[in-house]
Amino acid sequence: MAYILLGIVLLPLLGSIINGLLGKKLSKSNVATIASGSIGLSFVLSIIAFIQLQSAENRVINVDYYKWVVSGMLDVPMGFWLDSLSSLYILVITGVGFLIHVYSIGYMHEDDGFSRYFSYLNLFVFFMLMLVLGNSYVTMFVGWEGVGLCSYLLIGFWFKNHAYNDAAKKAFIMNRIGDLGFILGMALLFITYGSLNYADLNKPGAITYTSATTAIALLLFLGATGKSAQIPLYTWLPDAMAGPTPVSALIHAATMVTAGIYMVVRSNAIYSLSETASLVVGIVGGVTALWAAIIATLQFDIKKILAYSTVSQLGLMFLGLGANAYSSSVFHVITHAFFKALLFLGAGSVIHAMGGEQDIRKMGGLSKKIPTTYLTMLIATIAISGIPPFSGFFSKDEILAHVYEYNKGLWALGVIASMLTAFYMFRMLFLTFWGYFRGGSELYKHLHESPSVMTIPLMILAVLSVIGGLLGLPELIGAKNWIGHYLDNVILIKTYLGLSHSIEWMLMGIAVAGAVASIYFAYQLFVINGVLPVEDEAELKWWQKIIYHKFYVDELYDFIIRRPIDFLGKVVDRFFEKMVFNGINDSISSITLFLGEWIRKIHIGNIAYYIMAMTISIIVILSMIK
Amino acid sequence: MIGNILIFIPLIGFLALLSPTFRSNARRYALFFVGIEFLVALMAYALNYSDNNSILLKVDYTWINAINAHWHLHVTGVSLSLALLNAIVFLLIYLSVDASQYGEKAYLFYSLGLLMQMAMMGVFLTKDAFSFYIFWELSLIPIYLIGLLWGETGKEKITLKFFLYTFIGSLFMLAGFIYLYHHTALLNENGQKSWDILSFYQAGKLLTPAQQTVVFWFLFLGFAVKIPIFPFHSWQPDTYTNMPVQGTMMLSGLMLKMGLYGLLFWLMPVVPEAVESWRGLTILMAVSGVIYGSLAALVQTDFKRLLAYASMAHVGLISAGILSGTRQAYDGAAMQMFAHGIYVTGLFYVVHLFEKHTGTRNIYQLGGIRNLNGQFSNLFLIILLGSIALPLTHGFIGEFLILVGLAKYQLVWAAIAGLSVILGAVYMLRAYQKMMLGDVVKTNYSFGALEAKDKWGLFLVVFFILLLGIYPQALNYFTSLNISEILK
Repeated sequence: MAYILLGIVLLPLLGSIINGLLGKKLSKSNVATIASGSIGLSFVLSIIAFIQLQSAENRVINVDYYKWVVSGMLDVPMGFWLDSLSSLYILVITGVGFLIHVYSIGYMHEDDGFSRYFSYLNLFVFFMLMLVLGNSYVTMFVGWEGVGLCSYLLIGFWFKNHAYNDAAKKAFIMNRIGDLGFILGMALLFITYGSLNYADLNKPGAITYTSATTAIALLLFLGATGKSAQIPLYTWLPDAMAGPTPVSALIHAATMVTAGIYMVVRSNAIYSLSETASLVVGIVGGVTALWAAIIATLQFDIKKILAYSTVSQLGLMFLGLGANAYSSSVFHVITHAFFKALLFLGAGSVIHAMGGEQDIRKMGGLSKKIPTTYLTMLIATIAISGIPPFSGFFSKDEILAHVYEYNKGLWALGVIASMLTAFYMFRMLFLTFWGYFRGGSELYKHLHESPSVMTIPLMILAVLSVIGGLLGLPELIGAKNWIGHYLDNVILIKTYLGLSHSIEWMLMGIAVAGAVASIYFAYQLFVINGVLPVEDEAELKWWQKIIYHKFYVDELYDFIIRRPIDFLGKVVDRFFEKMVFNGINDSISSITLFLGEWIRKIHIGNIAYYIMAMTISIIVILSMIK
Repeated sequence: MIGNILIFIPLIGFLALLSPTFRSNARRYALFFVGIEFLVALMAYALNYSDNNSILLKVDYTWINAINAHWHLHVTGVSLSLALLNAIVFLLIYLSVDASQYGEKAYLFYSLGLLMQMAMMGVFLTKDAFSFYIFWELSLIPIYLIGLLWGETGKEKITLKFFLYTFIGSLFMLAGFIYLYHHTALLNENGQKSWDILSFYQAGKLLTPAQQTVVFWFLFLGFAVKIPIFPFHSWQPDTYTNMPVQGTMMLSGLMLKMGLYGLLFWLMPVVPEAVESWRGLTILMAVSGVIYGSLAALVQTDFKRLLAYASMAHVGLISAGILSGTRQAYDGAAMQMFAHGIYVTGLFYVVHLFEKHTGTRNIYQLGGIRNLNGQFSNLFLIILLGSIALPLTHGFIGEFLILVGLAKYQLVWAAIAGLSVILGAVYMLRAYQKMMLGDVVKTNYSFGALEAKDKWGLFLVVFFILLLGIYPQALNYFTSLNISEILK
């Protein structure tokens, strides 16, 4: 087993190294084979590991390879921890990752940086696997910062464009703010509970409530808000769309951004013990879900819409975590990975057909020209909107049911966000694929369906988006909720759904009715009435402008954080360094000027002279001691 | 035994290169000497692996009978790690020198460098305060001359400031040592005084709190100027910027480690009570340096000067860790001293390559170099990531342990010092973006393939950054034994 886990993690790294060092000498098909093949093999090994795990004692496999960070009581090994939670994650990462690698072969085919792209993408998968398989918080952090690095490299993949470079830098720095929280959280965790290894922390009674528990939970959560793009650190994710679209699908939708959810679930004992921390997680999640959904309703860039949608959906997952509904959030992570990856890849296919255009105001009527893309995206849109029996319905419904039980106000946030989701997703779908084409006749002739290397991954993901709900069919309809039971041994403190069946049916009814109503509203607006988004920003109403400009949060951060820090830097440099310290030095030197004159006379640059002077001084010192 | 060899190889090199026979081929001989030194350091490392108490690693005999000064070297623990660092960094420094860089007087540069290496080797290896001081002061002379002979405009004033600053600091240190030396008489019946480090540990504990405070501040001043700890830093940015880049490598890669090493082994265990009572204030100073240096680095236009401030921030963090006196911070500091030595040398190597290939190191005059030389940009990026402590680089292990140790003392200090995690990413990535990414700036420079020697130099840096990030126990195993001893 030790070797299987090693293989899962190291194969992508190997692929990355080979393509990174030799990529330019290899043919494109070799590069593609190495990159996708390494992930494919890793996926196969993940399935084997998953099967073997089922017969392992307590369904946990812990492997230590060697001592890594060792200091006093702190003894962190380099090792892997395969349990119910990480086994699901590695399947999603390598499975969806493989599909996206294959899709990328088509999408990136004409790019000069083909091998560099795959080298980065493989490296990302390596770090993501480290993140979920590491058997301590510190090894999780290796992956945590590593995926941040790959995200930086891939957002700024087209490095000649400084707008993209800025987006990449912003992503890295905002994540680093969160990472500081993560580091301090780890420090406090170690100080409080004496270890950072899961093997120690998972022992019964290892984690009990202390005065530091809430602080640990909140510091770690700060890390999660960075990585998973939650308020207040969410603004990097929409900008991150500068990267190639498959990157958005893999990193900024399906895997990396869900790392925060993984981390909270991994730390569930700490969060369950701290009501305050859980409430904070719930509020941040709920508000982010609504906030981002509102912004998404007025965006024109197809990728930006999906980016805000991702922020919103992640918010929903954190809302579930706040209600301590850990397995429900993981369930939604998985279904979301299917349909959101599909949406991004579909958007990539649209952009591919449109020759790089991302503005939905210039699209319309594409369903006839790119039918496969349309149908698969339609499926994903239905799934994210929460229409039964598509996958998104089950996972979202489970989260909302738990939240209803936990806090009705937060539940309302979640429901409104979900209704908005159905609205803006169908707005995007209608404006892109229905109606007539608005991009000019030149472009119209150019429109074409993507090659099968791109459409086959779309179809597979479409199937998964439909049937993904099978993982966690609710007990309400007499099913077993497999994922809920499967994750049972990871959740140290259990919460049970204590609602009556009638209330559950009611909640389900409200959710579906809300989604259908929103879709109908979008249909009325964009299909029946044929409303088109305005071309000119000036035509927007004042409140629309505020939303379109994302509530001016970027400008606010610029004003209250970036500028003051740069100003402080200038104060240090211009005032303290140049005036205060140089002033002191100058006055000292004028005092010693006369001394300097004297020293100048003996400055004759002769080494022997200096060494002699040195020796004499030593003798003088010695004689003083005597 | 092996300690003597480590000190005498560069000493012989220093003398040999001054003689006319070796002058014409100075570069080759210089590389020979630092190469041999490197191999011997590796041997010392291997010896530690088999038996870290081996007789081959120790030397101890009376040197100056009159004052009971000993020639006492022990190549193990942190001394071993810094000896290794000394050997590696000098190899890198001499690799980085270009054939025509120091002109006719190149032999003098190489010769002075070897004297510097020898002196610092002595500082790191000796367990005797008297020779510690001798080596300490001896190391100042060659670097002062290097600055004076090959510095940039304004070098006279800047090198004099540097010299006076650190020299005065050292005098305080010497006074502290002499004070302790006199008190070692109390340790035995016949009143025999000693410069031995262990006697100092014992004698220091006999002092009254007031006496400890005096010794503490005398020694602290000596080390704080060298590191430098805020607000004793004002010689540093100018000196780092003005020195020829190899001189800057010597200062930042190695010489400041003398101060950190001194703080860790020649101060903390010596006067523990005074350390305890002045901990708050000194950590405040060190952490101020972290923030101050980071903020100043944000607005620099000269990449070399930016690195000077960045280095100030990084060593401020190491100092704060040492001053917190916790196990994790000590271990972290021991690792970070090595890691910082490697990556900062790598970064100044990069500065050298900018100057060599483009004639400028001004961030705003450079741009788009990734288009011209992808390999260089990748190597630079890895070194940069090492400097901002990305996991799996050696920098992370040290920085993480220091922050854990600092949090153990007080979480708020870890949080404030930890801001450098964010600010470090800001100023380094900003500079990287300006210099390396985007389109090629329309100035008359090119950036062709790296010379083979430069390529190997950067490979070596990257090799150590990754090796010790992935397998830190390779060094930590030895340094932590050493740390356990002083924490006893």
